[in-house]
Amino acid sequence: MNDKKLFLQGLTRPNDDQNDARRYDLLIGNGKILAFGPSGSFEAPADAVPEKTDGCLLLASLIDAHTHLREPGFEYKEDIRSGLAAAAHGGFGAVLAMANTRPVNDCAPVTRLMLDKATLHHPHGPFLHPVGALSIGLEGSELAPMGELAEAGVKAISNDGRPVRNNELFRRAMEYAATWGLIVIDHCEDPDLSNGVQMNEGPQSTRFGLKGQSTVGEALQVARDILLSEYLDLPVHLAHISCRQSVDLIRWAKSRGVKVTAETCPHYLLLDDSLLAAYDTRFKVSPPLRGKSDVQAMLEAVNDGTIDILVTDHAPHAAHEKEVPFDEAPNGFIGLETALPLTLDLVRQGLLRADRLEELWCRKPAEIFKLRHNSFKPGDPADFILVDPQSAWTVDTSSIHSKSLNSPWLGLELRGKVVGHWLGGYKIIG
Amino acid sequence: MDNFIWPHKDLLDVDDLTPDQLLHLLNTAEQFQEVNSRAVKKVPTLRGKGVVLFFAENSTRTKTSFDIAGKRLSADTFSLAKSGSSLNKGESLKDTALTLEAMSPDIIVIRHSSSGAAAFLAERLDCSIINAGDGWHAHPTQALLDSYTLRRFWRDQGQEMRGKTLLIVGDVAHSRVARSNIKLLNIMGVKVRLFAPRTLLPRGVDTWPVEVFDNLEKAVSGVDAVMCLRLQLERQAAGLLPNISEYASRFCINKRLMSLAAPGAPLLHPGPMNRGVEVASDMADSANSLVLDQVNAGVAVRMAILFLFGTRRDTIQPA
Repeated sequence: MNDKKLFLQGLTRPNDDQNDARRYDLLIGNGKILAFGPSGSFEAPADAVPEKTDGCLLLASLIDAHTHLREPGFEYKEDIRSGLAAAAHGGFGAVLAMANTRPVNDCAPVTRLMLDKATLHHPHGPFLHPVGALSIGLEGSELAPMGELAEAGVKAISNDGRPVRNNELFRRAMEYAATWGLIVIDHCEDPDLSNGVQMNEGPQSTRFGLKGQSTVGEALQVARDILLSEYLDLPVHLAHISCRQSVDLIRWAKSRGVKVTAETCPHYLLLDDSLLAAYDTRFKVSPPLRGKSDVQAMLEAVNDGTIDILVTDHAPHAAHEKEVPFDEAPNGFIGLETALPLTLDLVRQGLLRADRLEELWCRKPAEIFKLRHNSFKPGDPADFILVDPQSAWTVDTSSIHSKSLNSPWLGLELRGKVVGHWLGGYKIIG
Repeated sequence: MDNFIWPHKDLLDVDDLTPDQLLHLLNTAEQFQEVNSRAVKKVPTLRGKGVVLFFAENSTRTKTSFDIAGKRLSADTFSLAKSGSSLNKGESLKDTALTLEAMSPDIIVIRHSSSGAAAFLAERLDCSIINAGDGWHAHPTQALLDSYTLRRFWRDQGQEMRGKTLLIVGDVAHSRVARSNIKLLNIMGVKVRLFAPRTLLPRGVDTWPVEVFDNLEKAVSGVDAVMCLRLQLERQAAGLLPNISEYASRFCINKRLMSLAAPGAPLLHPGPMNRGVEVASDMADSANSLVLDQVNAGVAVRMAILFLFGTRRDTIQPA
């Protein structure tokens, strides 16, 4: 299949100017980009098969550096097969899967099991990149065997879901991970300041009678990680940043040349804590949805590059787990299939610069985690998606490929649908 | 009493009701108060109606108050406590609720430790849900009986409730009583002051329609009433207080502090009291204490609530 040459014509590219009618053509073959440029700038060879692509938006295949695919151990929420199917339909050609499985991904057999399942069910991708645990069992007391994990194929190290209280252990983890060329991803949340919290702390938590987490609960560990990163001259990647205090610290760190990178999720750019008024557990997430001024700060940080990448923090939970009183509900929601339409919506609303799209969702995550990616230069892997940006669809059981439906957008209509997805020249969707 | 169409299925918090509806509810309670003073304290108003008292959190007084209120209206009341319920056997709140509803009660009165638990039931069930306290969120029947008590107290002295000033002292942060009372007292035209050590004040309290004081003596000066909140002893374990005796020695409402309030200012407490902790024993027993009036009012107010919600689809008259 993929040795055939394929010629895609009349594509659009991300653009802030709605009236810009420029179109592009793409030629691929042998799983690589052969040529890419404005329509008419190059001739397709006679043996190229034309692909109908009228008016589609062309993007490099996306990378999600933060997902929970739940396998092994919680296959009733999601498994690698369904999670990667959701990724494929959401436009993601590669995902990093966090280690909070059961058993925890703190040893090579678990890593290998994850990789084998991914290859078995999705041989042509999307590609799964396991993240190894930072500590044994994510307990935060002993370092996980990072050498063994690196050899088995993990792309990063993280204690995600269980923040590291012990500063000494965190320092040693950064140093030891560097020995294996691995970066540490930190879920920044001070465990003491976050004990028993249900939502963001502020007027809304006071109104709803729910225990709140202050933004300091997040920013304190952001500060710790920045200071360690500068002191050790080692990189650190900060997971799902949600508030102004954190981005102010990260901006300061970057101005000093600290090797810190940071991510946030579409929901921290779109939703705020006033949405919890009805105690709807679909909005319960960690870190919690913040106040309106934090949402504004996050948008600024994503546009000015303080935040390097977007991630989904895809966190499937079964319906019965979320249909409980608010304080009993688990944190998180699914995101793989809603992330791209939501991001496109931010661009449409003028809240996100179009030229940041591929940087946030592809180029920069590839750079941080040393993954292959497509810049549409000849020889790049033919990893790309075609999006019908106007196509409206409803988030429900008929449209979602994930096993779980815990989404704040459940029942709502989103605009933008992946109509084609190629990885290494293989068409996996469309 | 004229016919008043009661448009509400549920009572989740006081601000579900309009000011007119709140007054109607309090006026209805006045009529039931009269029933409570009769030799035969029973009317047939809710005969054939079923009221489930679902108390997933410990409570003696609120549950008893609802039970008596229901029985005096001739409703059949059924109690379900957490111990002894299937909640202890791992059943979800949803299933407990659906199971209860399948037995066709007209009203479920719920007390639960989770904020939003009453709303959770209200969303899923067709019968009326009365919130008897959910987490730190709301306790509308307590607020209603407090306003009822204060309104009567001032009326007996020929005074209006509107324009009075009331101080709430104590653990506001974790208090559903304070939250519902602040809302209702504002609607009733009472100016509310708050005093508590900072650890017991919620973040964002500055956005509430209250005046927050950092000094108890200043806070109590000249107020027309004082409402004391129960101090949960677990606040010390949570590190919010160094110890109970430090709290008691500095913030306990005693006669000396009450002497700074307006002459004759009453003391309220939602109970149960920790004598010698948040309220001095002689103060609790003094003539200014309305604590037992509150308990007494509780039955009348809950009768009014059960009546209004229990007959919302009927056209019968009370008492």
